Amino acid sequence: MSDILARLDGVSRIYQKGKERVEVLHELNLEIPKGDFIAIMGPSGSGKTTLLNLLGGLDKPTAGTVTVGNAELSSMSNSRLSSWRSTHVGFIFQFYNLLPVLTAHRNVELPLLLTNFNSRERARRASIALDIVGLADRAKHYPRELSGGQEQRVAIARAIVSDPSLLLCDEPTGDLDRDTADEILRLLQVLNREHGKTIVMVTHDAQAAEFANRTLHCDKGTLEAKEAA
Amino acid sequence: MKYFRLVWKNVWRKKIRTSLTILSVFVAFLLFALLSGIGYAFKGGVDVADAERLIVIHKVSLINPLPMSYLNRIASDDGVHSVTHASWFGGFYQEPRNQFGQFPVEPQAYFDMYPEFNIPDEQLEAFKRNRTGAVVGQELATTYGWEIGDRIPIQATIWTKADGGRTWEFDLEGIFSSDDPRGSTALMLFQHDYFEEARAFAKGTVGWYVLRVASGADPIQVASAIDLQFANSPNETKTSTEAAFAQSFMKQYGNIALIVTLILGAVFFTLLLVSGNTMSQSVRERISELAVLKTLGFGDRAVLGIVLSESVLIMLMGGLLGLGLGWVLVQGIAQQMAAFLPGVFLSPTAIAGAVAMMIGAGILAGIFPALKAMRLSIVDALARA
Repeated sequence: MSDILARLDGVSRIYQKGKERVEVLHELNLEIPKGDFIAIMGPSGSGKTTLLNLLGGLDKPTAGTVTVGNAELSSMSNSRLSSWRSTHVGFIFQFYNLLPVLTAHRNVELPLLLTNFNSRERARRASIALDIVGLADRAKHYPRELSGGQEQRVAIARAIVSDPSLLLCDEPTGDLDRDTADEILRLLQVLNREHGKTIVMVTHDAQAAEFANRTLHCDKGTLEAKEAA
Repeated sequence: MKYFRLVWKNVWRKKIRTSLTILSVFVAFLLFALLSGIGYAFKGGVDVADAERLIVIHKVSLINPLPMSYLNRIASDDGVHSVTHASWFGGFYQEPRNQFGQFPVEPQAYFDMYPEFNIPDEQLEAFKRNRTGAVVGQELATTYGWEIGDRIPIQATIWTKADGGRTWEFDLEGIFSSDDPRGSTALMLFQHDYFEEARAFAKGTVGWYVLRVASGADPIQVASAIDLQFANSPNETKTSTEAAFAQSFMKQYGNIALIVTLILGAVFFTLLLVSGNTMSQSVRERISELAVLKTLGFGDRAVLGIVLSESVLIMLMGGLLGLGLGWVLVQGIAQQMAAFLPGVFLSPTAIAGAVAMMIGAGILAGIFPALKAMRLSIVDALARA
């Protein structure tokens, strides 16, 4: 058990769309060992992002339990989930989702505003995170002054600045060209292998999935635990 | 405080829109400062009124004079500590627009009755000695550049002299100030004896009496006793507290307070709509950013606080600028109009009220967008983005 970072037990997620009930996930079971790098593939609407949202405490299952570390997310209040997210999980989105009014450095520093670190310590940690992603020299640039790949690196720095154990990536290379995408994926590999981050990555891109340790296929609300090559 | 940079950056996300909103807030609070300052002049007399001073006027109106013989009869009342009188002269200096209060009074008794007015003893003595002497308040002396020893001609609009002349000349013997910064000193006082002797008509009358209630006496009972004393006489009286007298006097100009309140009400209602619209747009435009903040761990209350802080900050920036300029303008108006409209003053109470209104209006304008941001579903917002 100590090697398992996250566990989903019999998780179902049903959305009510008007009069229609849509079961996005159906009695899903999954264990994610610490230090794993998992790619989740599947067609649109198969429940990949919902699975990611449940793991990140952004959504709650209709049935079943989601446990990450020692936290049973499905029973936590929204305010406790907010607090938990700020220290235990980092999110990386397809469209980076940086705040355009803040510099790269300030974007990276954002999660640290929720901590008790003073401004000097926050700045130091943000600088380290930017250094890890190779963008120390772009700290004072605004997102509009960065390329797509650089923006995604800043987003990765923001995701790791609080030193979370789990990184959740939703199509992190979906908006990037092949070369840039590969750079980002190599960076994720480094974070996984050298910094011990557990990574769950949703992707449509088979080449991207090859950077993961294993690939799971999600379809019609169930997870096929067959290993990708 | 650590969110301040984020709040500040969000406020200036759309510079033109924010600037225009701040400008509207600026104008609203500039107007507030000006109207409050001028409105104060109309109710200043009420605020500085002494609760133990009563004013006795003719029951019909302030314009009707009262017999001089009432002085001793009023003074004989047990509840009266001291009494004096004054009259409305209603003249102007050089040009009709240079109007200010001029009152024939009993010099010593008047300054005893109004201890808040300060005049050096030697100037008061000189005033008492000189039958055509006069003293003026500091505001008036400053406005017209008068100095002790100046001879000041006042053109009468009511009181012609017995010789048919309308020009009354006075020797300036003193300049007095007031302990209370809210009290106007745009006044000229001169000797009633000279006025009585030189005027062409209505001799043996005064405009009104001012009395100080004896220690321990009930002002209301004293007022009733005085009015009862003169009941059914040809000159019945109406005695009221100084504050009530000042209020009724100001009502001659209309209900200034109501007019000011109505204007400001309309301005602030419009301001709320403008600012509320700005905040709504601002939140609508960055739903996905707010969702990201919540994803990063910013709680509902933090998001609510950030949006509300933006709204309050916009109000404070525009409001303080408007209030600041308003304060400067009110100072200028007070100086320029000291003679015609004394007591123009932006009081600390009005300033504190304005700051409270800025914060309150900021919260009101921002509360609905802030609640929307707070209740935002992360999953839905990210899916829409």
